[in-house]
Amino acid sequence: MSLLTFIFTLLFYAATATIVAGLAFKIRLYAITPTPLRIPTTPAPTSLSGVIARLFFEVTLFNSLFKANKWIWLFGWLFHAALLFVLLRHLRYFTDPVWGWVDTIQPYGKYGAFIMVFGLGGLWARRFLVDRIRFISSPSDHLMLALLVGIGLTGIGVKFVTGTDIVAVKAFFLGLIYFDWQPMPSDWLLSFHLVLVALLMIIFPFSKLLHAPGLFFSPTLNQIDNPREKRHTSSKSASSDNRG
Amino acid sequence: MIDFETPVLKEYPIIPLIQPGAMAHSKPYVAKQDLQEKIGFPGELIDDWQEVAIKKMGELVSKSRALMVFLDTCVKCGACTDKCHYFLGTADPYNMPVARQDLFRDVYRRYFTFAGKHFPKLVGAKDLDKDMLDLWYSYFHQCSQCRRCSVYCPFGIDTAEISMAAREILNTIGVGQKYCNEIIGKAQTIGNNLGLPEPALADTLEGLEEDIEEETGVKVRLPLDEKNADILLVTPSADFFAEPHVDGLIGYAKVFHAAGLSWTLSSHASEASNFGLFIGSYDNMQKISMRIRDAALELGVKRIVFGECGHAWRVAYNFLNTLAGPFDFLDQNYPIPQNISEVTYDLIQRNALTLDKSANDDKVLTFHDSCNVARGSRMGDVAGGQFIIPREIIKATCNHFYDMADDTIKEATFCCGGGGGLLTDDLVELRVKGALPRMEALKQVVDNHGVTHMVAICAICKSQFSKVMPYYGFEMDQVISLHQLVGNAIVLNRSE
Ligand code: HEM
Ligand code: SF4
Ligand code: SF4
Repeated sequence: MSLLTFIFTLLFYAATATIVAGLAFKIRLYAITPTPLRIPTTPAPTSLSGVIARLFFEVTLFNSLFKANKWIWLFGWLFHAALLFVLLRHLRYFTDPVWGWVDTIQPYGKYGAFIMVFGLGGLWARRFLVDRIRFISSPSDHLMLALLVGIGLTGIGVKFVTGTDIVAVKAFFLGLIYFDWQPMPSDWLLSFHLVLVALLMIIFPFSKLLHAPGLFFSPTLNQIDNPREKRHTSSKSASSDNRG
Repeated sequence: MIDFETPVLKEYPIIPLIQPGAMAHSKPYVAKQDLQEKIGFPGELIDDWQEVAIKKMGELVSKSRALMVFLDTCVKCGACTDKCHYFLGTADPYNMPVARQDLFRDVYRRYFTFAGKHFPKLVGAKDLDKDMLDLWYSYFHQCSQCRRCSVYCPFGIDTAEISMAAREILNTIGVGQKYCNEIIGKAQTIGNNLGLPEPALADTLEGLEEDIEEETGVKVRLPLDEKNADILLVTPSADFFAEPHVDGLIGYAKVFHAAGLSWTLSSHASEASNFGLFIGSYDNMQKISMRIRDAALELGVKRIVFGECGHAWRVAYNFLNTLAGPFDFLDQNYPIPQNISEVTYDLIQRNALTLDKSANDDKVLTFHDSCNVARGSRMGDVAGGQFIIPREIIKATCNHFYDMADDTIKEATFCCGGGGGLLTDDLVELRVKGALPRMEALKQVVDNHGVTHMVAICAICKSQFSKVMPYYGFEMDQVISLHQLVGNAIVLNRSE
């Protein structure tokens, strides 16, 4: 096993372990932390199905963001939609045989990276151009965008400029999954792309990327508006039943 | 008091360029020792404040999923930055909701997260030092906890929750706000925010009964502590004497009278308002809420109805059941608790009131959705009922009604500028500037439709508007109670 293969094998195990364990830890913590009071925000649905619909549209369409700011919505939504597309397309490196629908999106998917970088560029530009957003940006906000742009650009490079041995890459990743380690093709641009991806996976559970699982736990969005019909008890209040 | 300039009303709202430090001088008076100790907080800044504050922060976050998730999830997208009336009115960047949260979040990161402990500069984590403490005191008292930002945040991040937590931490280390804490003390010992004792209250109500009889020739009662009445009315104590609140109270009394409902006020729970909310104190909020439960049991009533008050309705609607329930001793056929507007609306629906709209023909009306009703609670049995019901009541009681611009009403309503425990003279500059977006929207309907009066359903809104409207060239009596309209329009049966 070459040094390169050794390093990348370790790196991806470490990155996968970090993101999985980190997210599991965080999600569990969110789930067990009490919600002392009912605080849904308007427009609050009055039923569970309403809440599910609300979360669905928040996740897929960024509903609230659309109400708030059309530019952020446009760039943000394009970026996320493209990211999702690109991620799905990448499934073909981890599945054998490749699932049919992954094959179907394949021809369009490869342009996703351009849209992703475009969206990120718009968001990044706002951090410089809009004084309000400049004020709230810290170095990590810029670096996060740099990282994602970096992943996008190196991805585009590998795909459209230098080209790479896809069969070998796929063998490497399938090898990781089945603990049957295969050599990592030595290609500096690809290596760079993969290092950035591993870095993203590692910082995921320690950063604002927690917004992805966080959204589902946000009490203002996921609570049902029925406090008069159903007495809400949790933690503190559960123990202080006022009967008697 | 520092001089300040009242903002100019523009034709179209404009998002200001940020002016760092523009409101750094704005600080409410600090509560004195006796006020603090009365409600269970240290009298002055304690010696090991930093340590205690951080410990409290950890405890609060571990007990509130909302705080925990909100602190983690903000992506600094900036969608909320132009949504706060205090930012729009002052241009101070710390009045942008996310920047306000960051005063809290940066400290949280520093002491509780891996990135903040090890790479503070990178993620903007900051120590809780004296400067930060000053920023906290200043800017967490420039948030009226109106939740407008939460509606626009893609993750529902509610800055109100964070400023409540910050205020609780401040109180825990002995730095309380005079206005709020004084009121909480009074509400807990005397039963209302004004410190109005039972005999004075009885006197006031008697005086009002005489006024009504003089004006209408009908004997409308305002009963106090009447055992076995059906309804306990809990209303903000401002309703007992402040203008225009008192006309609202007269309106409720006329509604009960006309519908033949038996009701009473309580001297033990002579306050709907619950300032425990504003300082984020579950315990204080619960103590005040328990007085209502106790009064309901003591008087043997079947229903609890709340008068016109925004934050009181939020606590009542969303929290009362949790804080002071279960209310299995009340009549389950009615919502518990109920808002006076729900009661009136029901009666109108059932044609149980005779209303003469022309009694309000001297007015052209618009309606101010109170933030805590619009975004902190609901009325009626459908989502959005809190927007429908007051408007239907207005339409049933007058002939001329125009809504303000869409992005300033209903869920997008702007706070009056005096909510969240900021309705005090030491914050007048903030209150005037914070009212700017509402005043601009009002000016539009005044110019376009000849609106003469703005209807409100919250005691704080009413007091705030009477105070700040003159700064913008309006009259203080251009804000009126919803139930003043009802009171004017209702036709009472003289033969009774
Ligand atoms: C449930 C899935 C997700 C949802 C609903 C979601 C939603 C959002 C929303 C509404 C925003 C604010 C608007 C914007 O700036 O784009 C945002 C920002 C962001 N999201 Fe996501 N996201 C999700 C997953 C992810 C993932 C998996 C990543 C990266 C791997 C990611 C990276 C980012 C970044 C970097 C920003 C900040 C952009 C900036 O700096 O302006 N998101 N997300
Ligand atoms: S809208 Fe929400 S996520 Fe965006 S900056 Fe404001 S608080 Fe943060
Ligand atoms: S809750 Fe209201 S006052 Fe507080 S930051 Fe949000 S918009 Fe501003």
